[in-house]
Amino acid sequence: MSDVAPPLLEVNDLRVEFRSGREIVRAVNGATFSVRRGETAAVLGESGSGKSVTAAAIMRLLASPPAHITGGSIRFNGADVLGAPMPEWRKRCGLDIGMVFQDALASLNPVFPVGWQVAEPFRAHGILDARAALERAEALLGRVGIPEPHERARDYPHQFSGGMRQRVMIAMAIALDPKLLIADEPTTALDVTVQAQIMDLLLDLQRERHMAMVLITHDLGVVAEVADHVAVMYGGRVVESGPARDVLSRPAHPYTLALLESVPRADIDQQQLNPIVGSPPDMATMPTGCSFHPRCRRATAECRASLPPRIEMRPGHHAECFRAHEVFDGR
Amino acid sequence: MTDTVNGTDTAVITHSPRSIAAQAEMVTVRVGLPWWRLLARDRLALCSAVWLVFLLVCMAFGPELLGKAAVDINLRARNLPPGSTEQGWVMFLGTDALGRSMLARLVVASRNTLAVAFTAVMVAMVVGALLGLIAGYVGRGVGNLIMRLSDVVQSFPSLLLAVVVLYMLEPRVANLIIVLAVTRIPSYLRVARAEVLEIRERGFVDAARSMGGSRAHILWRHVLPIVAPTLLTILTVDFAIVMLSESGLSFLGIGIQPPEITWGLMVAQGRNYLSQAWWLAFLPGLAIMFTTLSANLLSNWLRLITDPVQRWRLEAPKS
Repeated sequence: MSDVAPPLLEVNDLRVEFRSGREIVRAVNGATFSVRRGETAAVLGESGSGKSVTAAAIMRLLASPPAHITGGSIRFNGADVLGAPMPEWRKRCGLDIGMVFQDALASLNPVFPVGWQVAEPFRAHGILDARAALERAEALLGRVGIPEPHERARDYPHQFSGGMRQRVMIAMAIALDPKLLIADEPTTALDVTVQAQIMDLLLDLQRERHMAMVLITHDLGVVAEVADHVAVMYGGRVVESGPARDVLSRPAHPYTLALLESVPRADIDQQQLNPIVGSPPDMATMPTGCSFHPRCRRATAECRASLPPRIEMRPGHHAECFRAHEVFDGR
Repeated sequence: MTDTVNGTDTAVITHSPRSIAAQAEMVTVRVGLPWWRLLARDRLALCSAVWLVFLLVCMAFGPELLGKAAVDINLRARNLPPGSTEQGWVMFLGTDALGRSMLARLVVASRNTLAVAFTAVMVAMVVGALLGLIAGYVGRGVGNLIMRLSDVVQSFPSLLLAVVVLYMLEPRVANLIIVLAVTRIPSYLRVARAEVLEIRERGFVDAARSMGGSRAHILWRHVLPIVAPTLLTILTVDFAIVMLSESGLSFLGIGIQPPEITWGLMVAQGRNYLSQAWWLAFLPGLAIMFTTLSANLLSNWLRLITDPVQRWRLEAPKS
């Protein structure tokens, strides 16, 4: 975790838009974050903030048209991702980067046994023959906590519960021992007790295999528990980023602050929650200036007129707000 | 919240409850009967399978065993009704206007009929599925070109197209098969494309791509297995349509040429004698009906047994 190590994944000012007919939806308008080997970076944001699109862009899963990457860069291990020829990139997918999706039932093919599917990365890359691949798949299923993996490998996705399906998904993603695991809301579709188990499993695997992890989530509690770094997204931009401990204990962006204040707390007697008023911006008609200004208590004419600069609060802790210092100092 | 944590302690605490909960999560009933026992339990599917196997035997050995009886003209035994045994067991199903055994002719005709219909629908399905997969998964330009070609084929009445083509070409069996196949391709193509357009957006396709699957790999291993049952169902319906088109073409004299026989041709020839000898058209018609019905029933059974989500319906004990 030394700061001198170069980042494994670097996303710099990424911009993605979806064009359909005349309408242009700018889903990501400048996402910047990075993750080092062995670390966990959380991308935090509410629905529609562009976090899943960012994840899909890293894997180059976005169909074009309608999606267009209009700016920015993604570098993996120092090499350009977006410029690499597609067939070459696909060959490295799975080997370099694994991905866990939100909805495990949709992400598993309903007509094949799970063992077959976990074995698929080996076959798709031509690493192992079918029998050896299946043996490895069974071992992986055992590793992610599926009881009786040998028997269960022959079952189909619909015969598994939600938590077990997510375990299968994870087994598939880590099959080729990737250096980076992207987990796109891996626990959203699960109930709370299972969520904790899945997060524990991901952390165990990360430590065991020394993987980097990008965790896409909207769960502040998860971020607080597992993330080394956090990037808070709003309206397609990373509005605040930095070491998780710093950002969560002393936010410098009004949005992050509002998020933290809206979490129910058990330690004080609260009559009411403090929700953030309003709703996230429509990506097709983004407000001018700072996209958070319509919901921000501190908004001024300046916020409505122009995009705020990226201010470094402490080393590695950045916020995009004209009044970041005010928020940071708790004024 | 602020002074939590890197996650280490929570991981240790929840470690043992996890495995217990993991076992509690597992709820499945596995029966796993072999396919032939499931077939034996489904009476309709079993009858269909028996009939189709019987036809296969007829196709394989019929022309060699009964080929002579099928062409032997016996003018003293013209238009014998079914059930007559005085001329021997070969005449059991009656005779046609030239006194030829209906039974022998039906058996011998099965080879031509089924070979033409089966080959035509198989060619149509393979070509249609391939083009449909490409049209649905590869870029818009190629897809549009394929779809417009399919429009062209569909905009002609298929029988007219067949008549024109067979009139210009020699009415040989191979040409007949090609013409029948071409006119059936669009239905497979459209269905395959429509399904691919839906399946390509599903999560497991993205998952396979994120795992490093190439286009061909995804189409072959992930998309095709899901499209296939639908295509097979169309195939069995098409099987009947093609048999009837073939008989129509044979009736017009541009399909199978006598002395070769098919069931369709037999229906066409028997039509003249409907008032005197109904069995001439009725029996081959019955054979066509049984065959298409069997194909439909068996394909329905096959679709169920190959669908992991539906298979339990066959495995569940009968109440």
